[in-house]
Amino acid sequence: MGNILVIAEQSKGSLKKASLSAVTFAKSLAGKTGGECHILVMGSGIDAVAKELAGCGAKKVWAADNPGLNDYLAPVYAQVAAQVAKDCGATVVTATVTAMGKDLLPRVAAKLVAGMLSDIIDFSVEGGNIVFKKPVYAGSINALMTLEGDPKVVSVRGTAFEAAKKDGAPAEIAQVSVSVDPSQSRMKFVGFEEYKSVRPELTEASVVVSGGRGLKSAENFKIIEGLADLLGGAVGATRAAVDSGFCPNDLQVGQTGKVVAPSLYIAIAISGAIQHLAGMKDSKVIVAINKDPEAPIFQVADYGIVGDLFKAVPELMEEIKKAKA
Amino acid sequence: MDFSLTEEQKALQDTARKFAREVMAPVARKHDETGEQPVDVLDKAFELGFLTEGIPVEYGGSGLSRLDAMILTEELGAGCAGMTTSIMATTLGLTPIVIGGTDEQKKLFLTPLTEKRSLVAFCLTEPDAGSDPLASTTTVKKVGNDYVINGIKRFISNGAVSELYTVFATVDKSKGAKGFCALAVPKGTPGLSAGKEEDKLGHRASNTTEVIFEDVKVPANYMLGKEGEGFKIAMATLDRTRPAVAALAVGLARAAMEAAIEYSKMRKQFGMPIGMFQAIQFMIADMGMQIEAARLLTCLSAWLIDQGLKNSLQSSYAKCFASDVAMKATTDAVQIFGGYGYTKEYPVEKYMRDAKLLQIYEGTNEIQRVVIARELLKGI
Amino acid sequence: MKVLVTVKRVPDPEAKLKVDPEGKGIVTQGLKFVVNPFDEIAIEEGLKMKEKHKAEVVLVSIGKKESTEQLRTGLAMGADRAILVLTDDGADSEVVARILTKVYETEKPDIVLMGKQAVDDDMNQAGQLLAEYLGIPQATFASKVELAADLKSAKVTREVDGGLETVEIQLPAVITADLRLNTPRYASLPGIMKAKTKPLKEIPVAELGVQVKPKVKMLKLEEPPKRKGGIKVETVQELVLKLKNEAKVL
Repeated sequence: MGNILVIAEQSKGSLKKASLSAVTFAKSLAGKTGGECHILVMGSGIDAVAKELAGCGAKKVWAADNPGLNDYLAPVYAQVAAQVAKDCGATVVTATVTAMGKDLLPRVAAKLVAGMLSDIIDFSVEGGNIVFKKPVYAGSINALMTLEGDPKVVSVRGTAFEAAKKDGAPAEIAQVSVSVDPSQSRMKFVGFEEYKSVRPELTEASVVVSGGRGLKSAENFKIIEGLADLLGGAVGATRAAVDSGFCPNDLQVGQTGKVVAPSLYIAIAISGAIQHLAGMKDSKVIVAINKDPEAPIFQVADYGIVGDLFKAVPELMEEIKKAKA
Repeated sequence: MDFSLTEEQKALQDTARKFAREVMAPVARKHDETGEQPVDVLDKAFELGFLTEGIPVEYGGSGLSRLDAMILTEELGAGCAGMTTSIMATTLGLTPIVIGGTDEQKKLFLTPLTEKRSLVAFCLTEPDAGSDPLASTTTVKKVGNDYVINGIKRFISNGAVSELYTVFATVDKSKGAKGFCALAVPKGTPGLSAGKEEDKLGHRASNTTEVIFEDVKVPANYMLGKEGEGFKIAMATLDRTRPAVAALAVGLARAAMEAAIEYSKMRKQFGMPIGMFQAIQFMIADMGMQIEAARLLTCLSAWLIDQGLKNSLQSSYAKCFASDVAMKATTDAVQIFGGYGYTKEYPVEKYMRDAKLLQIYEGTNEIQRVVIARELLKGI
Repeated sequence: MKVLVTVKRVPDPEAKLKVDPEGKGIVTQGLKFVVNPFDEIAIEEGLKMKEKHKAEVVLVSIGKKESTEQLRTGLAMGADRAILVLTDDGADSEVVARILTKVYETEKPDIVLMGKQAVDDDMNQAGQLLAEYLGIPQATFASKVELAADLKSAKVTREVDGGLETVEIQLPAVITADLRLNTPRYASLPGIMKAKTKPLKEIPVAELGVQVKPKVKMLKLEEPPKRKGGIKVETVQELVLKLKNEAKVL
């Protein structure tokens, strides 16, 4: 069993934290197969990133530092990555599912004539075979799959693997000599426009924070908005909250409002009447905060806290900030 | 007997179902409350060819078979009955021209309807002539090279918003059916006006008004067929379009059933979903079988037209049966929703209000039964 | 100008899917199949190019005979002709890209438009693989496409993490469509009738001479564990830990 190469992502000389999930996956896989975990980082002026990655517990970091790699272009990066994969004897090449990971990895797979799976959430090694678990049909079903031949290319879902801790003994950093001509790609980076902090559409958001009658006022509804913004989520409400004038009616989630199925639904001061549940029961994970232990919402919530929302929510926001740091 | 849908019919069903779900249903409640004309919906319906489905291809229409039209109408009916009535009434209004018009008249009247979004109004019913059309008092008189029409029509769908009106009037009341005439009258003809809009129980997105003819003068070549052929044209038109009412009823009943099924799975009382109680189960079972039967009857009545066969009996069966099914299904749906079903927040009370008209217009169910019995008891 | 658009037949995304008793596939009884929603967006973009630049829009699908249904939908929307590469066997992204390479060589389009991913296997690979096989530029997750006046290049805005990126690509190229690229038109009645007579060519995959053995092997499908009654946690700290480590949503 050969080595595992992680393609790490950096932007303007800063490591993208998401890459550390792929590192955890790679280390875990290496441990089970007897291979080594290597990390590749490409860009221009990436000394600091390479050093940071060197502390994550990998065996070796390959730094491809070249002005020609200043802008990310899939064909150019794929060329370098495929070369390094060969040089380091990788039988598995991986990256975290980010916009770049999705865009780049298949081209690497094509160059290596490797089978590829995207968005892995788990894996196991069974008799020399790696079995990967991947969500299909929009995540309603999980598939267990294998890839014939070597090398194999897999992208991993960031939330499925904890970020590797930066406390390992520093790994060797090798400079990769690169000769690339970005113009050969017939592609040119023109510009990047950062999203203004706008809340996602309720029916499309992967996180929804909803408030109910227990918020008692429109002013208090700002608490819901604060938590939603922290999580990059959308704001929802029960019919009772809308009727009481706490928020506009297009936020109503429920049988006669919008139906949502986010990855995370946080129901705050919501009793859990069936009319509301009809609008969110297909959420992947439901969290409920309510001061009434008998509230029906606790029967559908995966995790519940019985408590005063005015204390629990600020506390929750603090803990989340800490966890994200 | 092949009951499967062709690829084109499946494509038609898909497009209509998407339209009903994404364009009609989201604004159905708003138009039900305000009675405002659903202009955007009608514009989009025109774009997709729904408004011109009854016009043959050679005159610029979509030229659907009647069976195809049933598939279309059922899907639209599940979206909003009122909007579907406006669309269906347009086909009703232009069908006398399709049936009784010459090639020139078809080019003159039908082709413009395919170039710009247009509604059409079928003007038969009068304040004192409903089930008894021959009690009509609207008159038509030949004056030189023109015909002059005088009278009042009532309960006319698209009455105030049509580009074209087909009207039935008598040239000689003493001749009864043999005095009836059919004429086409374009919007803007002096003397043609619409009265007040009816404030209806249901189908409130559909504009229904009186249409008034005060010395309305049209050229002689606006008469469809000859003097005295109007009654035949009217009856043939109704035979041809009656299945669409049945299709609307099937769509409406299906929407009610689907809502009731979903609610029954979700609403819990006495510790379990109410769909576990036989009382609810039996209502839903009845909906299922009656809707399927109504659909088959509707398709049969349309298929006969496409085969060039007489379908008066079957179209009466279909209209009468399907509308009765819709009334029962929608009423039971309200019952299943209980207190919530009685409020405007849930869609079923609208379904129930919309269903009632289907038993009344396009020939009341009482008249349908009279016609059916007369046919079955022939020779008595 | 010619645009090649890929069309995949997928189960209706609104349907509640169930895994069959052997766990080898989904229950297809009574299941409705549709054009992959992202492919519909790609078709719409092709039709816009047809309207603006008189491009010929050619659809291609890979699969069993039933896929003609989805190709007819695309033709009903307004595409000019369609190709179905017939195969009864499953194809993974690599096989799909290899087959498309052959179709590309015959058709020589200026742009290959694809949905960014198919909503059945959610792989998001085929477009990028194809671009690499052909050695041409790619612009994935497109939310806006502007063709240059000379139709030799395109400026594509892409949805990436944290914002929108704009790239300029020389044609020919592969562009994959994201959700906000456009709103697909409905198939109109006249369109549906016209689609009947538009050319739909069936090519058995063996005729293309490509390697069709997939590397991806599906062992089993499983439904994620059903929602049990939840647990109550005592502290917010515990909640956050569980959300991070157990539920993996943070």
